[in-house]
Amino acid sequence: MSKYHNKSVLLEIRDLKIDGYADETWVPIIKGVDLTLRRGEVLGLIGESGAGKSTIGAAAMGYARDGTRISEGSIEFDGMELTTATSAEKRALRGSRIAYVAQSAAASFNPAHKLIDQHTEAPLHYRIKKRMEAQEDAMELYERLRLPNPTEIGFRYPHQVSGGQLQRAMTAMAMSCRPDLIIFDEPTTALDVTTQIEVLAAIRDIVDQFDTAAIYITHDLAVVAQMADTIKVLLKGEEVEHASTEKMLDAPEEDYTKSLWAVRSFKRPQKSRPEDDSRPVISVQGVDAAYTGGAKVLDDISFEIYPGMTVAVVGESGSGKSTAARVITGLLPPMSGEVLCRGEALPPRYQDRTRDQLRQAQMIYQMADTALNPKSRISDIIGRPAQFYSGLKGQGLKQRVDELLDLIELDPAKFYNRFPPELSGGQKQRIGIARALAAEPEFIICDEVTSALDQLVAEGILKLLDRLQQELGLAYMFITHDLATVRSIADEVVVMQNGKVVEQGAKEEMFTPPHHPYTDLLLSSVPEMDPNWLTTLLEERGVDNIGEAASV
Amino acid sequence: MKDILGLVAKRLGLGLVTLLVVSVLIFFAVELLPGDIAQAVLGQMATEETLAQLRLEFGLDRPAVVRYFDWLAGAVTGDFGTSLIDGEAVTAKITDRFINTLFLAAYAAVIAVPFAIALGIIVALLRNSIFDRVANVVTLTSISSPEFFLGYILILYLAVKWSMFPAIASLSSSMTFLEMLERTFLPALTLVLVVTAHMMRMTRAAIINLLASPYIEMARLKGAPPWKVIVRHALPNAWAPIINVVALNLAYLVTGVVLVEVVFVYPGIGQLLVDAVAKRDFPIVQACCLIFAATFILLNLAADVGAILTNPRLRHPK
Repeated sequence: MSKYHNKSVLLEIRDLKIDGYADETWVPIIKGVDLTLRRGEVLGLIGESGAGKSTIGAAAMGYARDGTRISEGSIEFDGMELTTATSAEKRALRGSRIAYVAQSAAASFNPAHKLIDQHTEAPLHYRIKKRMEAQEDAMELYERLRLPNPTEIGFRYPHQVSGGQLQRAMTAMAMSCRPDLIIFDEPTTALDVTTQIEVLAAIRDIVDQFDTAAIYITHDLAVVAQMADTIKVLLKGEEVEHASTEKMLDAPEEDYTKSLWAVRSFKRPQKSRPEDDSRPVISVQGVDAAYTGGAKVLDDISFEIYPGMTVAVVGESGSGKSTAARVITGLLPPMSGEVLCRGEALPPRYQDRTRDQLRQAQMIYQMADTALNPKSRISDIIGRPAQFYSGLKGQGLKQRVDELLDLIELDPAKFYNRFPPELSGGQKQRIGIARALAAEPEFIICDEVTSALDQLVAEGILKLLDRLQQELGLAYMFITHDLATVRSIADEVVVMQNGKVVEQGAKEEMFTPPHHPYTDLLLSSVPEMDPNWLTTLLEERGVDNIGEAASV
Repeated sequence: MKDILGLVAKRLGLGLVTLLVVSVLIFFAVELLPGDIAQAVLGQMATEETLAQLRLEFGLDRPAVVRYFDWLAGAVTGDFGTSLIDGEAVTAKITDRFINTLFLAAYAAVIAVPFAIALGIIVALLRNSIFDRVANVVTLTSISSPEFFLGYILILYLAVKWSMFPAIASLSSSMTFLEMLERTFLPALTLVLVVTAHMMRMTRAAIINLLASPYIEMARLKGAPPWKVIVRHALPNAWAPIINVVALNLAYLVTGVVLVEVVFVYPGIGQLLVDAVAKRDFPIVQACCLIFAATFILLNLAADVGAILTNPRLRHPK
């Protein structure tokens, strides 16, 4: 904090209260938060979803999202009170003096316009620059952010550019009017670890170069440790703790902060393959696959999953992890190769599989929100597979559903008749697990089941999955890009890149060098709590190389 | 671009197949009517001999399938046979009338489409304001009233009481373009009132539907004023549904104007169709139906192509 201590105050928020509209009444979602930001300072805002991080970020621009209102408190930006300013006055600040970088660049760039036209919109609107000047400036910013072909990339449409590049282009856009303050709202959450690094490095450099103040919103502590000078921890709309980054990492004071720091503590002992001659529950042998008319997505994939074991399949997005799952479940028949279940070949198409073969491979999805029908009762969601696979009816079916709800630690009396939208994210994911269990499978595919969840909730789900594995002897294929999750629950690891298996083996082996170069890149890209981690890593890799490393 | 041409060619081919199916339906629907054409033409005067003679004359003694292909071959070359009533060539009778109908439809469309879309944008901008509600109520009222009723109201006020426009929209070949526009103003206005509500409401809904998108929030947070958010950021992504509704309404302007033409005594194809049905002049009915079907198919094809052209992912592939 001391570094900025003599700089002037840029943003001062006092006792901010914000209401959200829910169930036809206004309920407080931010309950009195204070915040002071000096010129050039970077503040990290962290907390779980629902903590109000993004709402505060928007409020710093004087913006209340639809369905929210600023009810009390003051927001003073460079001497101007935003809570009482007219909408025209506030609008004049946005884009020019305060800029915003959103979580999903792919969704936040307008698909109908070229990147550079969106970039130059604000400078042209505020008459800061002429079109040609603004375009040249854009190209210069693209170059500083190490985008490939900086003179050409702006003339592409958003769908023609990769996610990591879009996120950097969005940061460039935020810089277009050289604002005093930028709000970064989870800018790297949707990216792969390898891509995340280049974006983090680019953001940090440019904020340094122009001495821009920033509010960096994230739920990832290791990321915020690289970016922020000070960190503020939020819980349910209230501040828990605020301190400099070093102090926060070394000596957090509050219990909640400590629990956040300790969240990765869950680790269960690694199991090894059974000694006897029991056959793998699922064995994928030499599978090639492609989507209709497309290029090969899977290229000669082979791996085996033994009963009661967890095999983590890791890799960046586009590496073919989920496609492998689709081949196993029969949703995508392979071009060649086969999938064996306990030594018996499964028909390639799920339509040709018997009920008993279908039962063997159940799935749990990443987005419980979209994987559960919002108009179906919980009892129907879990009851239908129970009925389909076991032929249960009436009282027997009800009993089975209650049993399953007990298994996932949700009270049957409370949840039996409810609908998915009434549930929290973690509860929805538990329902997804119960639905998979209803088929009484031996093998479950978990496709990024924890990546949409907060860390504490995710840990609960991992513990539940582990308990179920011990009780029911389940085998898991655990698809993830999060290596911390792998470390905590996997027995074996399969590393995939561009549709090929580059390395596989027992977990302990995988996490001890020497690695395959790609495994090494993945492992070293996972942010660590050390605030100097990014700097050190960039020095090791060489600044100019990071762009190459992650170009997908 | 190559993909789009291929797509258009494919759609066009599908459209032709659809038209062929429709032609079968039209032809054999007439066949299914009780009695046959000869009987219909002769009516009370039918005797065994006259019937047989007329059947021979029309070629009705040949099997239906043969006559269908005969008819189809004629239709493809623009020959729809001759009228049963006066023996004139159907094509000649229809051509002028169809041009008149197209003229009226184009007149109404040129006013209605820009008006409806502009109004849709304005009410999206001023959503939930008094103006929005009034515009919705007024356009809904006009769409809910039958066209003939709207037509008579317009005649009552604009023609009879205030004598601003002629009540009867008859045309003659000596008229100048401006005179024609004046003559046909009331039927055109009636049609405008009928089609505006639908297009306006779809424009409004398509735009408002997008306002929750992250890129709209981004535009707002870049300081774009509300009109710019709508026109520059929402509208370009809302074209697909709007174009579809516009095409549907344009098709209606061509095929659904029967009542309006009758009310204003306008010499269009709708009136001809009504006359032909009354007189059981089947070649004309068949020709009109085929033209209407072709119009529908062509406009829907245009809408599909339009929707594709406004999608940047298809226009600029990776």
